[in-house]
Amino acid sequence: MHFEGIHRTASSAPVWTLDARVESWLDIAGSCLEHGGRLVSIWGSASGFVHAAYVFPEGMLVARCAVSGEKIPDLSKMFSCASRMQRAVSDMLGFGFDQADDRPWISHGLWPRHPLKKDFDPEGQCMSFEGDYPFVAVEGEGVHEIAVGPVHAGIIEPGHFRFQVVGEKVLRLEERLGFKHKGIEKAFEGLSFIEGARLAARISGDSTVAYSWAYAMAVESVCDVKVSERASFLRGLLLERERIANHLADLGALGNDAGFSFGLAQFSILREDMLRANRDLFGHRLLMDLVVPGGVLKDIDSAAKDRIAGECAILRKKVEDLREIYVDHTGLQDRFIATGKVAPELAAKLGLTGLAGRASRNASDLREEHPYPPYDKLEFAMATHHGGDVAARVSVRFDEVFESLRLIEQMVAKMPEGETVIEVPPCSGSGFGWVEGFRGEVLIALEIEQGLISRAHAHDPSWQNWPVLEFAVIGNIVPDFPLINKSFNLSYSGHDL
Amino acid sequence: MSAFGLFAQLFQLLITVLLAPFLLGWVNQCRAWLQNRQGAGFEQPYRKLIKLFRKDAILANSASPLFRAVPYVLFGSMCLAAAIVPSLATDLSFSRAADAIALVGIFALARIAVSLAAMDIGTAFGGMGARREMLVGFLAEPALLMVLFTASLISHSTSLTVIVEALAHRHFEIYPSMAFAGIAFLMVLLAENARLPVDNPASHLELTMIHEAMILEYSARHLALVEWASSIKLFAYVAMGIALFAPWGIAQASDWLGMAFALPILVLKLLVAGFGLALIETLMAKQRIFRAPEFMGTAFLFGVLGMLVHFLLGA
Repeated sequence: MHFEGIHRTASSAPVWTLDARVESWLDIAGSCLEHGGRLVSIWGSASGFVHAAYVFPEGMLVARCAVSGEKIPDLSKMFSCASRMQRAVSDMLGFGFDQADDRPWISHGLWPRHPLKKDFDPEGQCMSFEGDYPFVAVEGEGVHEIAVGPVHAGIIEPGHFRFQVVGEKVLRLEERLGFKHKGIEKAFEGLSFIEGARLAARISGDSTVAYSWAYAMAVESVCDVKVSERASFLRGLLLERERIANHLADLGALGNDAGFSFGLAQFSILREDMLRANRDLFGHRLLMDLVVPGGVLKDIDSAAKDRIAGECAILRKKVEDLREIYVDHTGLQDRFIATGKVAPELAAKLGLTGLAGRASRNASDLREEHPYPPYDKLEFAMATHHGGDVAARVSVRFDEVFESLRLIEQMVAKMPEGETVIEVPPCSGSGFGWVEGFRGEVLIALEIEQGLISRAHAHDPSWQNWPVLEFAVIGNIVPDFPLINKSFNLSYSGHDL
Repeated sequence: MSAFGLFAQLFQLLITVLLAPFLLGWVNQCRAWLQNRQGAGFEQPYRKLIKLFRKDAILANSASPLFRAVPYVLFGSMCLAAAIVPSLATDLSFSRAADAIALVGIFALARIAVSLAAMDIGTAFGGMGARREMLVGFLAEPALLMVLFTASLISHSTSLTVIVEALAHRHFEIYPSMAFAGIAFLMVLLAENARLPVDNPASHLELTMIHEAMILEYSARHLALVEWASSIKLFAYVAMGIALFAPWGIAQASDWLGMAFALPILVLKLLVAGFGLALIETLMAKQRIFRAPEFMGTAFLFGVLGMLVHFLLGA
């Protein structure tokens, strides 16, 4: 990472910023590609900047560039995940990108255009709704379309999937998201950074700790506050508990989606026990609103430590038993193996990230690559797999549960003494929070003016992985899609914001 | 037509229609127990039927009269099927109307009716479900016929009541041919009733459904009839299995006293069979749809083996 004028932020994760010009926009991306880096997120702000966050071997580089009406160079030729993010920036701010696909993405034309602009009028004219969204159709003998969602037969988040199929074989899948747009980024504007923590915790309910932590990290980096070691250990403890609870839910659901409801019942029991322990120990089943700027609101005593240690031992034994059942079950393995395969080469090309990336040998995990506190003091081995199929994603989930249990045991044993929360004074500036949630890396970019939020951008790893899902199902049969989709378990809420 | 025959017929029909949701509820309850769940109780299907009958029906704009007629056709044909399968008594008035082959035909009629209704609405799921149902159905039918032929070779008749009387009259002994036929019948039963491993009755994933995909657009009383008909179908299949492979205790000829004992014995057998079904479903995962031909092919093979064994061994 050799650029003129880069500046290290005060974030506890290694994040640098850089002021770029439109002419050098593509060079930064090219340099990132050369160093084997990846694009994390693209966002814009009403003050007329477009931002792009890249990961280099040394850490994250956030480049920003002032735009005034001209077309912004297209990054999607280098990083294919950029396309939808650029379309979303256009929806939100009306920035023009030099890319062929200029269909709206998040906006379905049902709310006034460009909501993040300064002169936005909430009562204003809606973007005209020009009939159907133009899906790319496949033509040929016997090809037909299956439209699924956004309302589904089960109770799940809304998303539309357009399949082009021959018989049961999927030729092409195109996703249509944005049904869960809640205006979160707009809602952040004008909140005090204390109020913002509550909103950040609700960006995606299943990743509430990850988002709260990323938000808190961003605020702390703006205000140059360092939280105590104890607070960071507690944060790690909460995040790993969240990860385990989510992985348990996914492992059960994956069995269920293959018709093996025994698995769902057993994993649900384990998850429920864990959530009840969360309620008893931390006062909230899903651990919401516990991580705040300055630290953590709940401390644990020695009795709680004993309970957590005991819980870990039981959980490890039970998950080991269940893993054996899954692995030995012929019918289940027949459904898992070779289904929804994303080969490592394809994963690398498309920038598959997070858990799904690790299951396709596209390994990245902040906890190992850029260990922010408390992970810098803990032993951790990243779980990876080379299979790239549903079975690989199941296997990585099992491995991560065991690894998280190991982390929790270390954190409970090594928990340092100290304050759990310190006061954060109101301040101004911009900062970043970068945390490894259960799906992958979560990023919060924050601009604060005198204690009030002027712009907050939240990035979910689902942005990278939704497009890859379209490739993962090609050549599979239609009834295997729900299983493949579940094995990725991507967020709608964190994506649609 | 004897008075006893008429009474036995009507009594059996009534019991079948009323007990069918119980069997389904029992299977679900056993599944729940086997998975360490509490379960909703065996009476849950009755609650569901009552709820559905109370609701207002909603029809798609594109629905033709066919769509509205099908639930009644389905319910009617399943009642007829349940009426001619001897479950309580073998002296049944309707049994002369239809034999084993006609029974398969009645199931086929119901299948075609519901598939047409599924395609009538024009949604992707209806067509998809109908297509898959036909795939499973056309493979299951010959296998079922083979099973019934094996049984009719023993009794020299295709009439179900005669078959069951012949089987029940003989001394208890293991028929190798019926053992093969039994395996084939079990596989057909699972496939035809949308059970695992061919279809998942508890699935909420519309893309994986077979039977459920066809009836997604039904609501209220229509849905109630369709669901009720499905449970009667399951009941008829289980009753047929009991009649063919464990007929002991069924009331024969004009046996008023036998009738009194037949009911508790039937319920006991249903409880055992339901538990067995739940056990199979708990242990199995759902197969890929393209494994269904292999599955049904195996069932057909066992059916044919049963017949061959009968010819070779004469038993």
